[in-house]
Amino acid sequence: MQDAGPPRAPAPFDPARPWRLHPQVALRDESFGALAYHYGNRRLVFLRSRALVEVVRSLERHASAHEAVAACVPDAERAAHTVALGRLAASEVIDAR
Amino acid sequence: MPASHSALRDQLSGGLESPICLTWELTYGCNLACVHCLSSSGRRDPRELTTAEALGVLDELVAMQVFYVNIGGGEPMLRPDFFDIVSYAVDHRVGVKFSTNGTRINAARAERLAAMDYLDVQISLDGATEEINDALRGAGSYASARRAMDHLAATGFGPFKISVVVTRHNVAQLDALESLARHYGAQLRVTRLRPSGRGADSWAELHPTDHQQRYLYDWLRERPQVLTGDSFFHLSALGEPLEGLNLCGAGRVVCLIDPVGDVYACPFVIHDEFLAGNVRAPGGFTSVWRGSPLFASLREPTSAGACASCGSYDACRGGCMAAKFFTGLPIDGPDPECVFGHGVPAAAGAGGSLPRPAADHSSRAVPVRLVSRG
Repeated sequence: MQDAGPPRAPAPFDPARPWRLHPQVALRDESFGALAYHYGNRRLVFLRSRALVEVVRSLERHASAHEAVAACVPDAERAAHTVALGRLAASEVIDAR
Repeated sequence: MPASHSALRDQLSGGLESPICLTWELTYGCNLACVHCLSSSGRRDPRELTTAEALGVLDELVAMQVFYVNIGGGEPMLRPDFFDIVSYAVDHRVGVKFSTNGTRINAARAERLAAMDYLDVQISLDGATEEINDALRGAGSYASARRAMDHLAATGFGPFKISVVVTRHNVAQLDALESLARHYGAQLRVTRLRPSGRGADSWAELHPTDHQQRYLYDWLRERPQVLTGDSFFHLSALGEPLEGLNLCGAGRVVCLIDPVGDVYACPFVIHDEFLAGNVRAPGGFTSVWRGSPLFASLREPTSAGACASCGSYDACRGGCMAAKFFTGLPIDGPDPECVFGHGVPAAAGAGGSLPRPAADHSSRAVPVRLVSRG
């Protein structure tokens, strides 16, 4: 499960920029959110809320990560979801467009 | 809000729509006879899944969105259709991590493996020296594993894995094994010795001592890059948790498909008590995973049992189900390698009525025998 390739340095996360689901990542819905598997670095990542999954899936349709979060998540939870996106960027689940 | 780590673990304990990954032993045939073989491999079973049946299983895994399979055996490369099965998997985006003793990896096969995406190779090696390795895996097995590594390195396969089962005799070689991995640009993977398969007979003599477990824990804590397949979570009771989910995934997030299509809760419990069904039955693997009463029971919340009064239960979750089962310990109690020694008295008292692995596929003339039975 933790078996993964050696980490590489992804681009720093800037939520003002446009992002997308990394093309080498598959998402599988589960009751707690989703599992993400990166076929390149072989990392398995847990997306621990349905709302976060929705944000990730919608990134492609928005001009920035901020916009995607604003469209999917109530005000009070936006900061936490932006932090969560930063972690997903660090593990290359999402990718700068 | 994203849920906490323990909330996630509770959700995973309740099972998933599909396994995160699964182990698939392609054959019980093997040209080695390692003393600790989890599947007691040696002779092929004539009822082995056919190529068409194997591809049918892969179709199900594609539909279930299983991200990757751990292929093993026996020696999987002894199957004449090995490359057909593996190519079909990776072509359909089911990644393959396969374990091999390396004997069948020559220059041409190394090239073929290197040309495939989504394929990881794990060469089994249980010692940094011929002496330590061959005592477990048989004469010549160190040399053949090194030859396979040389071939993979020469083709530019990239970071293959050197996969080591930690025993009393090789703990002291972990640094040397790490250097060997570095020499090849490989990744080191270390996993836990289980009293399963032929390992039931050698476990008592081979499993690390308490002192060695503590050393191993510290060694792993300093090296988060060393892969463990999440197999040492019982050591997390020693302090900060090790990398990974720290949870027994049997029937919840992982399972085993054996060479004849039998589905077990995990690769370490090939025993009738943990047999959930067969992929040849109507509904196939999917209905075993989603509908087996055994798996449903494994996904129920578990009681801490005799571990309830221990402050470390949340860290180790009572350890490995298979290790307890084959040492005669209750499933809802401490692991035989419990770092506080809580599992030992029960193991010692279990006496001569230990469960035996389901079937012995060992070759009739077993070249390696570390210990005699009885």
